Amino acid sequence: MRFLFRTRYQQDLRLFKHSGQVFWYGLLTLALLAAPWLFPDYFVSQLVFVLIYSIIGLGLMLLIGYTGQVSMGHAAFLAMGAYSEAYLQKLGWPFLLSLPSAALIAGVTGVVVGLPALRVKGMYLAIATMALGFIVEEGVTRADNITGGNSGITLGSLQVVGIAIDSEAALFYLSLLILALCIIGVMNLLRSPTGRAFVAIRDSEISAQSMGIQLARYKTIAFALSAALAGVAGALYAHKLRFLSPEQFTFLQSIELLIMIVIGGLGSIHGAIFGAAFWILVQQAIVTAKDWLPPEIGQQTGLQPTIFGIFLVATVLFEPMGIYGRWLKIRLFFELFPFYRKGMFKRQKSYLKSERIK
Amino acid sequence: MALQFLQLVISGFAQGCIYGLIALGFVLIYKATETVNFAQGDLMMLGGFFGLSCMVVLGLPFWAAFAATLVVMLLFGMLMERALLRPLLGQPAFTVVMLTIGIGYLARGLVTMIPGWGTETHALDIPYKDVVLRLGAGSDALVLSMEHLVIIVITTLLIAVLYLFFRYTKLGIAMQATSENQLAAFYMGIPVRSINMLIWGISAAVSACAGLLLAPITFVHVNMGYIGLKAFPAAVVGGFGSIPGALVGGLIIGIVESLAGYYLPEGIKDIAAYILVLLVLMAQPSGLFGVKLRKRV
Repeated sequence: MRFLFRTRYQQDLRLFKHSGQVFWYGLLTLALLAAPWLFPDYFVSQLVFVLIYSIIGLGLMLLIGYTGQVSMGHAAFLAMGAYSEAYLQKLGWPFLLSLPSAALIAGVTGVVVGLPALRVKGMYLAIATMALGFIVEEGVTRADNITGGNSGITLGSLQVVGIAIDSEAALFYLSLLILALCIIGVMNLLRSPTGRAFVAIRDSEISAQSMGIQLARYKTIAFALSAALAGVAGALYAHKLRFLSPEQFTFLQSIELLIMIVIGGLGSIHGAIFGAAFWILVQQAIVTAKDWLPPEIGQQTGLQPTIFGIFLVATVLFEPMGIYGRWLKIRLFFELFPFYRKGMFKRQKSYLKSERIK
Repeated sequence: MALQFLQLVISGFAQGCIYGLIALGFVLIYKATETVNFAQGDLMMLGGFFGLSCMVVLGLPFWAAFAATLVVMLLFGMLMERALLRPLLGQPAFTVVMLTIGIGYLARGLVTMIPGWGTETHALDIPYKDVVLRLGAGSDALVLSMEHLVIIVITTLLIAVLYLFFRYTKLGIAMQATSENQLAAFYMGIPVRSINMLIWGISAAVSACAGLLLAPITFVHVNMGYIGLKAFPAAVVGGFGSIPGALVGGLIIGIVESLAGYYLPEGIKDIAAYILVLLVLMAQPSGLFGVKLRKRV
């Protein structure tokens, strides 16, 4: 068990709380940097997906896990980012300019989507974002002079400040860098007044309001930031796939993103990354398992939804804090050994809280 | 021209009945437990498949299969509540929403694995197939397909039965009390948990009914539950907590969609429901029939 003695105020501001964290995250960084040399291209390609999904997950976590606003249309922001990047690249904009622009365009869409959030909440908000997701999906299909419509759009090769991003390894490093910047940004945001306002809104809108937090302003900021992160991820996603079509940004995709962060663990940055890693890992595991499973099971198209459905139901029922929560429990078990008790993370039961009466 | 309009309104009305029935399922559950069941469309799909199996495997006639499906889905809904949702009683709404999304995912996945159900599209052998009713003579006759008429008639019947049930039976009144205030109902000696279980059952049966009615038009397949997504706008337009609102909302959405498909450019039809719901949410979030409750301080 590690006890943190605070001797200076500076300690509270550090990103790494103690030397153990520095060591383990340093090791993780080294391992990630070495990954393209150690693993085959296919594996690195999947890692790129993990990184991209982590960025989206981070944005969604900011919105759902920290601000408590449910979005069921996040694929729309992903689409905005991806298509903006594709279009701007066609216009000949450099990546360093088109990436922030893609984020900005997605962010502005986020503000528009966030507008209903100022009036409605809870389920109504989920339905409003779902509706906007459908509208954007249809809009992408119809605006075929920009998006190529149903026949899709192909992206050219990517150049970042003169370096050609032409291999999986290069794209991996680029995504890793952007993810790292995003994580540091979100961590800093969360300990700023804005981040604390988000958490206050999540925990209780009434008390947040009573403390002088402008709900409208902070909800809009949350939507904008979350959408901007999805836009960044979308831009990378576009370069990863090199081909975009409207079927990649459906309602189902939005729901899958939601499932991803719930399985990862709501309310933690770790959860977003665990969720993304889990998502890709299980997908790959299913693909691999198909070969040695009996064909009656292995060839079923419903295998993947079934497995994700089981994981989601099990997570909600047995581990509401997701993978990150399970990790916390395991860690605490060893830290406190042999004094860990079963009830330490027990969920608090409450009477039905009514949303109808504000 | 006017005839064309009437024709569109009638087919929209029939489609709207389906939306209304699914929305009714949402609203029943929302009123009683304040959770939204995202698996409603998938329950409808299960109902469709079960009816299909009753007819194909057991060889039951359509109406017998219809009744059997309602009973089985009632039990299925109750079982689902008891096994999966009861443990989450008192948890935030979002948790339960994620659970129902998971159940929907699971249902869609499992259905494709059941031999005979699978990923194919199945036609339901119904007695009133391709029967057409002509009102008027010659080329300007109003053509009503029997499928649409049956939907409208059965929906009306079902609503009447539900209305009588909620209004006049002891159980129905207990359910109303539970949805008004769970704690107060509990103090009055109403078994709130069993009531909730029954509500989930009724909701599942109602959506199975929608599935069987829809089957002649869209056929039975795994993804027929996606139509449930359009029932959300219906429920919101009508005001989420109101039973007549759900139906009226469904009808509005159905008719708007049908008219938009004919008079507006291509592609608008699919999103007309969502545009409408956004307008309603911005103008009057409580919907047409929603009650605004304010806490007295």
